Amino acid sequence: MMRLPPYLQQFLFESGRLFRFSMRFFQELFRGRFETAAFFSQCYQIGNKSLPLAGITGFIMGLVLTMQLRPNMVRYGAESELPAMVGIAIVREIGPVITALIFAGKIGSSIGAELGSMSVTEQIDAMEVSGTNPFKYLVVTRTLAATLMLPVLVLLTDGISLYGSFLGVNVHASTSMRFFFKDVMDNLAFYDVVPAVLKTYFFGFAVGIVGCYKGYHATKGTESVGMAANSAVVVSSLLIFIIDLLVVQVSDVLNIIG
Amino acid sequence: MQTQTAQATAMPVTRKQQPVIVVRDLCKAFGDNIVLDRVNLTLYTEENLVVLGRSGSGKSVLIKCIIGLMEPDSGSIEVLGKNVQNLNKLELDQLRARVGFLFQSNALYDSMTVRENLEFPLRRHWLVDQHTDVNALVEEALDNVGLLSAIDLMPSELSGGMRKRIALARTLILKPEIILYDEPTTGLDPITGREILLLMNDVRRKYHSASLIITHDRMCIKITADRIVLLHNGQCYAEGTYEALKNSEDPIVKNFFQ
Repeated sequence: MMRLPPYLQQFLFESGRLFRFSMRFFQELFRGRFETAAFFSQCYQIGNKSLPLAGITGFIMGLVLTMQLRPNMVRYGAESELPAMVGIAIVREIGPVITALIFAGKIGSSIGAELGSMSVTEQIDAMEVSGTNPFKYLVVTRTLAATLMLPVLVLLTDGISLYGSFLGVNVHASTSMRFFFKDVMDNLAFYDVVPAVLKTYFFGFAVGIVGCYKGYHATKGTESVGMAANSAVVVSSLLIFIIDLLVVQVSDVLNIIG
Repeated sequence: MQTQTAQATAMPVTRKQQPVIVVRDLCKAFGDNIVLDRVNLTLYTEENLVVLGRSGSGKSVLIKCIIGLMEPDSGSIEVLGKNVQNLNKLELDQLRARVGFLFQSNALYDSMTVRENLEFPLRRHWLVDQHTDVNALVEEALDNVGLLSAIDLMPSELSGGMRKRIALARTLILKPEIILYDEPTTGLDPITGREILLLMNDVRRKYHSASLIITHDRMCIKITADRIVLLHNGQCYAEGTYEALKNSEDPIVKNFFQ
């Protein structure tokens, strides 16, 4: 019988464990008392921590994208389409993906390191013996907060990014903010916005669950805390692109059917 | 089976002393590495039983099996008359409320103040209702370990000895009938270590609790032990009082007391 190469075995083993960990999240979510205070604390921490970085990145992204696109649009005599084009690019793809990647770097690594540190210093065991379900207290609250906070963050970043784009347009031409945003909104369809918002929930879940999984299973001393943080970012970033690819395919099919 | 070469006269079981922990034929292996091999031991009320052994001899695994953090491969563990392996999650939590656990690394929650660390187990146990004065219980536990002044400090602001005392206070807050100590003097200087050991004896006098102490520290054995069990190659190799084992001619036992 053919044996799989060790790296493939390891990949399948890890994928299986991550899947089981995710299933446990859904079981624990609806079982027993919900940790409301810990959940709201995590929502505040996760949202608040990422907003400045995501906002600054979004602003620069909108401004630079507009300035880079402008010469080509002028060449084809389509300068007036610039707000519509930038708007679709930001809302459908660049806003969600870039914000999710920043979120993975900032929040995924932070969750991985925090839970990893708690695991190696026996704090998770201490919770267990003090009558607390550590999975519910640590994993469910963080994953749910990440899932619900990322879409909010993406909407805010999209807005800031479009404002950056508006300033970019105004470097060479003069347009009012009202006219610019009307132009953007008139060119956004239902099928542009809904898949873009929906996929951010999946991105948030991926960042939260992978960060928790890596941290929760860190058991080999301080070195594994760094590894947990690092691999949380790498794996969740990869998952963001895979989810993006799948959502684009599915929304394209639905668009055709619709 | 290994002979009990240094079987010495254990403290006689008086009518008042009832078994609170009974471990029978406990086995635990990690792959091919047999850590515990048919271990038998009994802890009686108000007794200080020290489990002695070299690093990696399975001492920590033994108490983690007793508190239900690890599942043994075979054998049985009875704590306060209940078989740990047969308990469901709720029953196990109820039992854990009666058993304190002092972790080797103290396992204080880094993100919480000393007060919050002590409140954490209180707020999660059904022993505490809304009429309970949580603040008074926290202050009493801190007063018992002489660290009332540290109530609003963060764990990172405490010295090693203070952390150990706070961890002990957190263990005592539910007034446990049994306390499990995992290497209570590890990482402490001899003077601080001695203070902690004397504090452990004070705790026993005040709370009338039984203690199972895991250690390889001679000072710890001398100050705290009523009875000693020596683990060697995963088995209970010798048992007796400090004086009996100290005067043993067995080379393995002698190694620990030289």
